[in-house]
Amino acid sequence: MRANPADYELKSPGTLNGVLSLLAEAPGQWTPIAGGTEIMVQFGTGRMTQRQFVNIFGLPELTAISITPESIRIGAGVTYTAIRNHAEIGEALPLLAKAASWTGSLANQNRGTLGGNIVNGSPAADSPPALLVYEATVDLISVRGTRSIPYAGFHTGYKKSALAPDELVLAITILRPAAGLRQYLRKVGTRNAMAISKVALAGVATLDGETLRNPRVAIASVYHSPYRCLKTEALLADATVSPKLIAEARAALIAEIAPLDDIRSTARYRTQVSANLLEEFLLSLRSNAEESAS
Amino acid sequence: MAEIHLTINGQSHTLDAPPMARLLDVLRHDLGLTGTKEGCGEGECGACSVILDGVLVNSCLVPILQANGATICTIEGVAQDGQLHPVQQSFLKHGGAQCGICTPGMTLAALQILEKNPHPSLDEIKEGLSGNLCRCTGYQKIFEAVHKTYAETAK
Repeated sequence: MRANPADYELKSPGTLNGVLSLLAEAPGQWTPIAGGTEIMVQFGTGRMTQRQFVNIFGLPELTAISITPESIRIGAGVTYTAIRNHAEIGEALPLLAKAASWTGSLANQNRGTLGGNIVNGSPAADSPPALLVYEATVDLISVRGTRSIPYAGFHTGYKKSALAPDELVLAITILRPAAGLRQYLRKVGTRNAMAISKVALAGVATLDGETLRNPRVAIASVYHSPYRCLKTEALLADATVSPKLIAEARAALIAEIAPLDDIRSTARYRTQVSANLLEEFLLSLRSNAEESAS
Repeated sequence: MAEIHLTINGQSHTLDAPPMARLLDVLRHDLGLTGTKEGCGEGECGACSVILDGVLVNSCLVPILQANGATICTIEGVAQDGQLHPVQQSFLKHGGAQCGICTPGMTLAALQILEKNPHPSLDEIKEGLSGNLCRCTGYQKIFEAVHKTYAETAK
């Protein structure tokens, strides 16, 4: 059944303060809508149970990108198009730029926002593995003030988050990666364009001679939310890539993830492909491998 | 209901609509601009593509209140003074349209590609049209039409 738009409310206060006041008046009653690439899909099919929406698309406080020598701060309302067209993001955070370029079509990228993607909380979303390996911080704002939490602690369950009902995601901050950080990201989907991932894995590490320092690995679609693989990272830390390490890392990864069985793929396939992607990342780190695979 | 102001293909419109009404439905039902098609209704197929304040969007995913005050170009505004746009002529010449359902969206997506680069590479064309599905699967001729739009009109 199609939704009847007359049954729904949408307000557009036009300022961040106006939005926050509305959210504070009746916490949980108003659902923020940014680019609409998720909410309007649910709405269009009549599956949307929320009835009241508040427009946050294009609010100036949410669409700023601030660059400092130490960090890059991306407003929650920045679109994928703005992310992929931003030269400094492309240079400093290539995994995020790459993920932005994979998200939906160009028309979707013109509307979809980084904050919306996070709040939507899909385990299969494209940008979270990159945000996890970059150890991003999320700034949250309400009439009560602002607070920052590690993105790794944002998702608390399937489609559940640390966001309070009166809060908005304000921005995502990432410290500039150290020079020489090796970075890897690969998405496996049904086809190249417009396909939600079956599995996507991001990996970064610094090479100290042949020794891996500060390895970080994160995967989409293998847990109830985007997942940072801390146990696998612990195994890789201060190790040297070898066939033995690769075998151990594959086993550690498989032991730590709980892939989904869903419409797009099976747990069995996702388990195998996750381990293959981890292996590809590790092979890219060998001293004789090319800089930055994929 | 909300009072909505739109400039569509150069013409001003003021209308009342529920604020969550989809831009697609306002175009088709309230304004009779039925050149914008509905395919999937969920942002996957691009049949409802329009250019909103200079950028390509799926009109099925835009609540009308978010378009308030916007300048919109639909397929009806692409030809000027009874003259087809070069990209439309190229679609005709190269057989880029079959059943026609995807053609309005393809045309607007193609315009966005050509605006960035009048002589796009095949990869740029494929990426630029990746959100527009052709159910007749006539992609090669569509790519060719976009590729040759300005190749053949250039002196």
